[in-house]
Amino acid sequence: MNKKSKGYLGLLVLFMYAPIFVLVAQSFNASRYRGTWAGFTLDWYRELFGSESILDAFWNTLSIGFTAALLATLLALLTALGMKCISKKGQVMLRGLANVPLLNADIVTGISLMLLFLGLGLRLGYDTILLAHIVICLPYALLCILPQVLATDDVLYEAALDLGAPPFTAFRKVVLPELYPGILSAFLLSFAMSADDFIVTYFTKGAGINTLTTEIYAELKVGIHPELYALSTLFFVSVIVLVGLLAMNFRVLRARTSKRRLA
Amino acid sequence: MQKNKSLARLFVVPFGLWATIFIVLPLFFVLYSGLSDGAGHLTLANLSEIAAWEYAKSLLLSIGLALLSTAVCLALAYPLVLILRRVRYGRGAWIFVLFLLPLWMNSLLTTMAWQTILETHGVLNTLLTALGFSPVAWINTPAAIVIGMVYNFLPYMVLPLYVSVTRIDPSVIDAARDLGASFWQALRRVILPLSMPGIVSGCTMVFIPALTTFVISALLGGNKIMLIGNIIEQEFTAAYDWQIGSALSMVLMVFILLNLLLEVFSDSEGKGARQ
Repeated sequence: MNKKSKGYLGLLVLFMYAPIFVLVAQSFNASRYRGTWAGFTLDWYRELFGSESILDAFWNTLSIGFTAALLATLLALLTALGMKCISKKGQVMLRGLANVPLLNADIVTGISLMLLFLGLGLRLGYDTILLAHIVICLPYALLCILPQVLATDDVLYEAALDLGAPPFTAFRKVVLPELYPGILSAFLLSFAMSADDFIVTYFTKGAGINTLTTEIYAELKVGIHPELYALSTLFFVSVIVLVGLLAMNFRVLRARTSKRRLA
Repeated sequence: MQKNKSLARLFVVPFGLWATIFIVLPLFFVLYSGLSDGAGHLTLANLSEIAAWEYAKSLLLSIGLALLSTAVCLALAYPLVLILRRVRYGRGAWIFVLFLLPLWMNSLLTTMAWQTILETHGVLNTLLTALGFSPVAWINTPAAIVIGMVYNFLPYMVLPLYVSVTRIDPSVIDAARDLGASFWQALRRVILPLSMPGIVSGCTMVFIPALTTFVISALLGGNKIMLIGNIIEQEFTAAYDWQIGSALSMVLMVFILLNLLLEVFSDSEGKGARQ
């Protein structure tokens, strides 16, 4: 890499990380107000674990994210298995249909779901957020799982059947292990989409319930609690740790396989 | 096995039901709401009302800022992807991770951090004054909104571009260089055309969220600059004129359809070129 490329990468990294540095700095800032530095403090971290509204919103985000990701992944898996057996034309049609929420603007998806829920007489709340999140997660889950399902070879599954395995056992022991990476990435991507969504949640949540993003938006209007900086800093640090662990794991794995190859 | 297959076909039925209720039906709710009055009678009055200049003005502004953000994202992402192509192995993966990590930060919080940076007495102006420049009014200007959009949507440009540029066979580029093409000629005549599908899908993936956002403009435009998304949001949450809000959403749906057609068209064109 020459100097010019390095400089360019450096500038872009600075651009991407500048706001994150600001957030981390603010989580240690003794002043409640943005832009003034009043000394170092850990108060916000202490108060974070005593703030009921933030903790509530945090649990809502986690439980909605987990449930929506699980259901979206299961539905995507079922759909992908079915899609393998239908005609090419049907596949293209279903795929187009599944991609609508992905291509549509979030604000249109949010409004249309709100109108649907109210039109069906549902009360906006936890359940409607959950349904809406499954809607927005499903295309991502399908995107992760479908290519793997289409690439699986039926021969192994049929061999298992010929050897006397009942269909479900054959599926569980032969097909499913092959699909694990796709299923896992579908779940993780769905969870990330759900946890980071603001616009769709905003329109389908009703009064009296918040996820982290809607809690943040509500606070932005009246003055934000610095505890949220602390929470996002903790979150970012845990993501870095996770990525680091994955990378280490990857390196160990690679070292092992190359050793095996040498031996 | 044939029996198994027809049984497995039934697996798409739950999705069919799901899609009918939660994907197709909601869009009809928007159409109905946009094409009816408060009492439920069908009317075109909403459509003629949104033809007013104040709506057209904010729609034009939204389109302009979204186009500008898309262009800036493309201009920033393309050199990055070219660099990443060369360092694809080993270190390249780390640089890629470095660019994906900020995605995990909540976008509302990072946008608010941009507020802190761009404020009148914010981080950037403090830096500028310290360096001897005069401070610039960033916040509550279209420029601040464009910065926020570029920050939030740049990854949507980088990902499809990265996929399409790394897919180009390096020997094709080497061949062009061996035959005497300069770097710029190879870029313009070989790499750029071959990465066109990535450019198109990156641009559509940035343009739509930039066109329809209301959060970035609310935070960095100080509610003075009304984009089409802000107007729709207010029709639903503050003004309670859902018919107008739905009619404006229908306008956005037209843009989404146009985008979709563009992508389908460029995709089939790309396939034709490969054959």
